Amino acid sequence: MKDLILLAEDAERLTGALGRLCEEAKGRAAFLVDPNGRLLADSGGAANLDTTSLASLVAGSMAATGSLAQLLGERGFSGLFLEGARAHLYLAVVEGGAILVVVFDGGSSLGLVRFRVKRAIDEVGRILADFAVRDQSGKGPGSARVATELAEITDEEIDNLLSS
Amino acid sequence: MSFINYAAREINCKLVYYGPGLCGKTTNLQQIYARIDPAAKGKLISLATESERTLFFDFLPLDLGTIRGFKTRFHLYTVPGQVFYDASRKLILKGADGVVFVADSQVERMEANIESLENLEENLVEQGHSLTTLQHIIQYNKRDLPNVVPVADLQSTLNEHNTPWFEASAAKGIGVFETLKGAAKLILTDLKNKMAR
Repeated sequence: MKDLILLAEDAERLTGALGRLCEEAKGRAAFLVDPNGRLLADSGGAANLDTTSLASLVAGSMAATGSLAQLLGERGFSGLFLEGARAHLYLAVVEGGAILVVVFDGGSSLGLVRFRVKRAIDEVGRILADFAVRDQSGKGPGSARVATELAEITDEEIDNLLSS
Repeated sequence: MSFINYAAREINCKLVYYGPGLCGKTTNLQQIYARIDPAAKGKLISLATESERTLFFDFLPLDLGTIRGFKTRFHLYTVPGQVFYDASRKLILKGADGVVFVADSQVERMEANIESLENLEENLVEQGHSLTTLQHIIQYNKRDLPNVVPVADLQSTLNEHNTPWFEASAAKGIGVFETLKGAAKLILTDLKNKMAR
């Protein structure tokens, strides 16, 4: 499996899309999580949330949900709604397996969130597809710069990092 | 699959602790969590049964420091060891950058070790990997117990790929950080080499 490199311009596009989704859905925060539980981007406004733990648990939930779907002969479930007393979560799968997450409360509604998420999925999907095209066509200048920087790391630097 | 967030200058890696039931995978994470600087760790999440057996996974995010201006973040996961939780193990294993195979050194658990290692290889192959291609190390745990198999025998039975190995008594915190650092070194070295290609 290829390593995923998120450049500054990629982060900006994703953050922009998530910010618009959050605003239009009247949500508290919106995130994008990769299927392995890593936070790819967020909309901002998530300062009070433990996004690292959320990302891991969201990926676990969606993975388990996907397996449940297969048991029922479905290819997958496209969305998952988790209802709390005050805070709610709506999770939706983007093409390629990434997970779009919206946190919302009484200021919004499931219908509005679902409606806005459906539109945002296309936009986020297109951005992620652009990454895939870039990776398949060889390293773009940005990715190549990152690769060069990381390739220059020495064994001694790794040892020093782990000696503390 | 490592995730490099160049915008935030972060390297994110996934390390999975694998092994038979009750071998000490969760104990490794608990010891790391208990002993590491609070600023370098997130919450330890355990999805466990009432009897504290891992049901789905344990998760611990760690910040190992900065290298060339990149924060190195490791996400540590354990899988449930019990044989019938194979579906969960497959889910957790996806996207791993490396594996720590925790072997139970007790003689009566040798069969369970072999079965778990075979299960790991099967699940990796299903995902297009194998122990030949995925970075992994072995921890021979519970070395403090009286009925342990000699390390030479463990090596000949479990370490076919001649990968780095560590002795440990995870319940006492012995060998836990050596194992973690050994795995982190393998993963980071592999990442650097992949980037150089």
